[in-house]
Amino acid sequence: MNDIQNSTNKIVVIKDLVKSYGEHKVLNGFNMELFEGETVVIMGKSGSGKSVMIKCLIGLESHDSGTITIMNKNLDKMDADTLNDIRTEVGFLFQGSALYDSMSVRENLEFPLRRHIGKFGKIGDATPLVMEALESVGLPQTIDLMPEELSGGMKRRIALARTLILKPKIILYDEPTTGLDPITSKEIVLLMKSIQEKYKTSSIVITHDVDCARFIADRMILLIDGINYIMGTYLELSQSEDPKVKAFFKQ
Amino acid sequence: MKPNNILIAPIRSFFVETGELAYFAGRFFREIFRRPFEFKELLKQCYNMGNRSMLLVGVTGFIIGLVFTLQSRPKMIELGAVAWLPSMVSISIIREIGPIITALICAGRIGSGIGAELGAMRVTEQIDAMEVSGTNPFKFLVVTRILATTLMIPLLVIMSDAVALFGSFLIENIKGDVSFTLYFDEVFRALKYSDLVPSTIKTFFFGFAIGLVGCYKGYYCKHGTVGVGLTANAAVVEASMVVFIIDFAAVLITDIFYSI
Repeated sequence: MNDIQNSTNKIVVIKDLVKSYGEHKVLNGFNMELFEGETVVIMGKSGSGKSVMIKCLIGLESHDSGTITIMNKNLDKMDADTLNDIRTEVGFLFQGSALYDSMSVRENLEFPLRRHIGKFGKIGDATPLVMEALESVGLPQTIDLMPEELSGGMKRRIALARTLILKPKIILYDEPTTGLDPITSKEIVLLMKSIQEKYKTSSIVITHDVDCARFIADRMILLIDGINYIMGTYLELSQSEDPKVKAFFKQ
Repeated sequence: MKPNNILIAPIRSFFVETGELAYFAGRFFREIFRRPFEFKELLKQCYNMGNRSMLLVGVTGFIIGLVFTLQSRPKMIELGAVAWLPSMVSISIIREIGPIITALICAGRIGSGIGAELGAMRVTEQIDAMEVSGTNPFKFLVVTRILATTLMIPLLVIMSDAVALFGSFLIENIKGDVSFTLYFDEVFRALKYSDLVPSTIKTFFFGFAIGLVGCYKGYYCKHGTVGVGLTANAAVVEASMVVFIIDFAAVLITDIFYSI
């Protein structure tokens, strides 16, 4: 057990998660725990069910069996309003950024903010909050640009700012560096680290990028055949003698 | 595929899709009365669908009025019934041609636009992004668009009818030296309450159907960018079919109602 696990609470618990598409079982009894302030990186081959798992976690995909508990609330027993409340506490960074392309950067960031009056109250001028989120990703000058005017790396940062504006306790990253050049990837990884330190968020990161994992992970999980095949720190996993783990790191 | 499956699969698919569409419509009616109300987005969609379709609908209506009058005139002269031309044109346009042609144009322009836009949002995970931020994408994207088509298509039909009658008047004025006052006096003399009301009411249903089908297709779009093209295409075809079915039902109901 590391310091984080000793000192803090479980914020996400996944038990025996099973998800199939027809005959094909993608997740076959996946288990994991995420502690407050911790960053867990989940790695695995393409098609191993990493993205499906993270979508089940936020309720975008339904699961066949198993339980998902987020902040001590069972996802299966939540009504739509509770699920929406939970979702304001869980940010999600999509692989393709998923910025609303008919809206400017400002409108992208204001969109979730203005629809959670219960959490933030009625907001007159949201510019200070939008600017704060944009400054935290280093792009305050893009406030009035449209998504089509941004580069891939900038889109990823703006998407992260849109996630941060709701002040989430957990951030889920789905392949945050995929499709970016090595320099931009490194910038995004550094940004993720600084956000984690600044906002004390807990994070689950789905990635293929071993460098990203090494830099950011408190713990890593290797997802093979729909289960959490092995779990540990980067050092533990990279030095494992297990043939499947060795094969993965060799790739 | 077994021969019986060739027959059964499309029939089953038709009923499944009809059921899903009905459920989608039910969800629209549930969500429409729930807060928050997206007035700003509704106005934006009304502007996009109404204002930006005006030129196409107007030009089409004008040409239909011109052509219809030009083609009918020689026969009406031959029958000695040229004085009835304004009445005939107005009843035809107001009762049937104006609403159906405008609805079909809107199914093409607006229905495919909604299908493609929502389809692209679905495949690029923008709808998922709205959902995970705890907002209601159905309310923001679907309710506003269906409401906008339901409100805007009747207005576009009224405009199209007016422009078509003006086009008809121009031909009558040029060829028959008929004045504006005389022409429209004849038009309004011929039109009855039973011509105007049912044809206007059915346009609300046309608008609702076009918005509903476009949104349904786009909201559940699959298969990436290829799927977006297929969705836009399917939205036009299915919305046009639904428009014809509604038109047929409306004519039947009107006929029963006014023949009693």
